[in-house]
Amino acid sequence: MPDERYLTGEIFEEVSALSVDDLTRIVAVEQKRVFEWVEEGVINVLEVEAAEWRFSGDQLRRARIALRLERDLGVNAAGVALVLELLSELEQLRRERRIGRS
Amino acid sequence: MEFKDYYKVMGVARDATEAQIKKAYRRLARKYHPDVSKEPDAEARFKEVGEAYEVLRSPEKRAAYDRLGSGPRPGEDFRPPPDFGSGFEFSGAGPSGPGSQGADYSDFFESLFGRARAGGRYGAEPGFDTGAGTGRGEDHHAKVMLDLDAALNGGTRSLTLRMPEIDAQGRLSMRERVLNVQIPKGILPGQTIRLAGQGSRPHEAAGQQGSAPAGDLYIEVEFQPHPLYRIDGRDLYLELPVAPWEAALGATVKTPTPGGTVELKIPAGSHAGSKLRLKGRGMPSSPPGDFYVVLQISLPPTSEEKAKAAYRALAEAIPFNPRASLGV
Repeated sequence: MPDERYLTGEIFEEVSALSVDDLTRIVAVEQKRVFEWVEEGVINVLEVEAAEWRFSGDQLRRARIALRLERDLGVNAAGVALVLELLSELEQLRRERRIGRS
Repeated sequence: MEFKDYYKVMGVARDATEAQIKKAYRRLARKYHPDVSKEPDAEARFKEVGEAYEVLRSPEKRAAYDRLGSGPRPGEDFRPPPDFGSGFEFSGAGPSGPGSQGADYSDFFESLFGRARAGGRYGAEPGFDTGAGTGRGEDHHAKVMLDLDAALNGGTRSLTLRMPEIDAQGRLSMRERVLNVQIPKGILPGQTIRLAGQGSRPHEAAGQQGSAPAGDLYIEVEFQPHPLYRIDGRDLYLELPVAPWEAALGATVKTPTPGGTVELKIPAGSHAGSKLRLKGRGMPSSPPGDFYVVLQISLPPTSEEKAKAAYRALAEAIPFNPRASLGV
């Protein structure tokens, strides 16, 4: 039996496939924004051919970063997609440099 | 209270134009935005810049601020004048623009312009009511720094979250709340813990209280640097110092891993940077990550004559030019 003094959560990315409605509600944006993000490759759909779009849980983080960058830096969806791509490339390079150095 | 020189924060002259201020804001926001910046104090600087921009972008707030002059002399305490802001009409419903994350402004800002009254919920679009239509309470988002051990062993941690809260009069305040949370074992950086029902309760005005469920709380997890291990996705890296002869001749050495100390076999002919993989001994996620040991050659101290003699013998025995590849 779980200890009731502690809250037990779940790792969201591992348990969830999100619908468009879920994403709209959790990130708090209009539906058309979600469609725009998919269009520009900011977030990725699990199966493009599926009747109803589903997103893996880790797309939530990308959506939230997109929202913050659009609001704070005035970039558009295409710009956010580019930023996310460059960030992951940068992360990769930093990692390789750290491992190579040691 | 500390006086804030918003012009200095933005790096612009006191007579800067609106366009210059906007340009300065964009430049600083790109530099310090927590999502893109690796600067150590990015988050604090970004908030400061956001607050400065909030004042300087609004002609009314800026004019009121300008009347304070350049502030008290260093070390002197600042008190807002009693007539501050009189004769100015502040438009809008409080800060809700760029940088207003959770309406977390300095005391200085709040003493001048009051506490935020609406908007500015971290991550949400101003005015977008997520609870509308469904009667469901709002979801909340937070970000926490955990120690890696919490994820390795799945312990409990008490997390302090600051939440903006709107009271019955529509005023917004920051409420601190402490949650004791069972950290899911194997959670990775950037992943989210969902605590069902820990968001807002449905609005009373909706008349559905009691029936509609409360929102959820989403906690994004990052890790503080660990003294031994470095995390990369689900894999863990350890730099393991070995003696030159252990690397050259091979040896079995003790090495710490998240699961406890193990005996690790170093193959003969290893060199600095050699990577040894212990499959499945990384983050205890599903599937588990791997544990990598990166060898580092540690030289023994040479203060004693015996050690010096051994080095000289080695130099004589092995003709070796480590700079051969440099052509010298």
